[in-house]
Amino acid sequence: MSALALAGSAAAAAETTTVGTPWLNITIFGAFVAVTLVIVLRASRNNKTAADYYAAGRSFTGPQNGTAIAGDYLSAASFLGICGAIAINGYDGFLYSIGFLVAWLVALLLVAELMRNTGKFTMADVLSFRLAQRPVRVAAATTTLVVCFFYLLAQMAGAGGLVSLLLGIDDRVGQSVVVAVVGALMIIYVLIGGMKGTTWVQIIKAALLITGAALMTVWVLALHGFNLSTLLGAAAAKGGEAVLDPGLQYGLTDITRLDFLSLALALVLGTAGLPHVLMRFYTVPTAKEARRSVVWAIWLIGLFYLFTLVLGYGAGALIGADAIKAAPGGVNSAAPLLAFELGGPVLLGIISAIAFATILAVVAGLTITAATSFSHDVYASVIKKGNTAPGAEVRVARITVVVIGIVAIIGGIGVQGQNVAFLVALAFAVAASANLPTILYSLFWRRFSTRGALWSMYGGLGSAIILIAFSPVVSGSETAMIQGVDFHWFPLNNPGIVSIPLGFLLGWLGTITSSKLENPAIAAEMEVRSLTGHGAEGATPH
Amino acid sequence: MSNEAPIVPVSDFETVERTEQFQRLKKRHRGFVFPLAVAFLLWYFAYVLLADYAHDFMSTRVVGNITVGLLLGLGQFVTTFAITTWYVSYANRRLDPLAEEIREDLERGVR
Repeated sequence: MSALALAGSAAAAAETTTVGTPWLNITIFGAFVAVTLVIVLRASRNNKTAADYYAAGRSFTGPQNGTAIAGDYLSAASFLGICGAIAINGYDGFLYSIGFLVAWLVALLLVAELMRNTGKFTMADVLSFRLAQRPVRVAAATTTLVVCFFYLLAQMAGAGGLVSLLLGIDDRVGQSVVVAVVGALMIIYVLIGGMKGTTWVQIIKAALLITGAALMTVWVLALHGFNLSTLLGAAAAKGGEAVLDPGLQYGLTDITRLDFLSLALALVLGTAGLPHVLMRFYTVPTAKEARRSVVWAIWLIGLFYLFTLVLGYGAGALIGADAIKAAPGGVNSAAPLLAFELGGPVLLGIISAIAFATILAVVAGLTITAATSFSHDVYASVIKKGNTAPGAEVRVARITVVVIGIVAIIGGIGVQGQNVAFLVALAFAVAASANLPTILYSLFWRRFSTRGALWSMYGGLGSAIILIAFSPVVSGSETAMIQGVDFHWFPLNNPGIVSIPLGFLLGWLGTITSSKLENPAIAAEMEVRSLTGHGAEGATPH
Repeated sequence: MSNEAPIVPVSDFETVERTEQFQRLKKRHRGFVFPLAVAFLLWYFAYVLLADYAHDFMSTRVVGNITVGLLLGLGQFVTTFAITTWYVSYANRRLDPLAEEIREDLERGVR
């Protein structure tokens, strides 16, 4: 995903308008922050137990949680990145959104309900249900933290670039200050609001994002007589017939084609292994509500991606690929430029505020997931072996939130100006290679063993990271992160096509080679509970 | 996880698992989700391979500027929405009542 970097268009647009524009943007951001803070404060009144803090007392309804899932999932990458990709590369940009959407069927059919029935707070709850607790929890917490960290870094880098340019700050010190402010706001939300507050931020953000995109979509369609073919024709007239055909981005060589296949695999299998998505299934009272959540999420996300198709081609038609590429934010400036073209500085301010809200909400969701995984899996279950004093686990989670927030701020400042767009795709690849095989095996394969889980998780994680480290995104290409040296030997930008099959293979190999069989009674318990919901924790009464 | 004192003794889950009722639930669940998962993944990868390697075919104009590729891509949206709706109605009708029955038996300690 190329996303997240700078929506510099906004700055360009701001320069061409009155000086008042940055202040308009700040006012709209400020209003969003003020409204969400009040809601977070109200929502946090009932945060007493671990179930309250980690899982919002399991009190959200399916539709609420589904909207929050859409809020969590539709990161700035989806909005700015996909609009820009379609505007510039036409049809190839559209391919992203299809992978991102179809992936939800894996979650709906195979993962969501069974996870809800067998776990309490984290992915590791499910994975360690019938396998050796400590090693499996440590492995699951490791992959969770790695995925969250990559995703978080990408979002923070985007936040710095986006917000700074919108506010007219473009020096390094100023950008660092903005990253710190974003990080601090996020810490406040998560610290005070816990999962409940975070969920409300995501619901509000999803509603704003989808409404904003819908408004612009109708506007673009109205300009083209509500005829998709006319819109496509206008885009083709400006950007060339090729924008309607596949291959503009990925059709160049055999390597780029293979790279696309690798990306497609990671997108479709990664979603159901993303820890911050999995954790959302615990915020509803029953498996049936978890199912409704996914249904709502699928409809909202699908609708949104249909909007981005129109917005992307609309930006291509009304602004043109060359003007977008020439704007300071490059690809990511397509949506803000389109907003400015349609509705002037006011719509630009609104859309920019939505993009900012998007980053803030996604970052908050990632942070609470990482903090829960650390305090619940590592601190309470492994270090304290399940004997924690009342309240200690949540206290550790809160401390972890602050630590992660500070790490994210430092990381976000450190990667300013670096090309980190590959991090989101990498997070999907790691989730698909390290998490999904173990999740599916432990839910559906009786024989699956601890060794299989460990081999699969560490093997999938390790191979994905090693391959990316020796790929052209890190060294040896024009857009590489490290310039001037070339130590790459893996030809693809996305490791999925190797690391995902490897994760599945290692899980199988580790299992058939382990002589120690897992306890059949617990396997039976897990199977019965996963399908019937017996013993699953319901909503906390308040 | 298993340390939260289930209502039935742990060993009894093996008995529950062997009941005809539970086996029927398991068969219904897997008999529905596995073939469907295979089908949508095949359809997705068929689409991805076409978009990746069959450019001429995907670029064929059907009506105006609407290409085969665009229609197949929108087709992925349609099938995703359709599978979602189908699964939900199946689960509501065929899975939930059975799962509820077994759960209630378990919670009453019948077994």
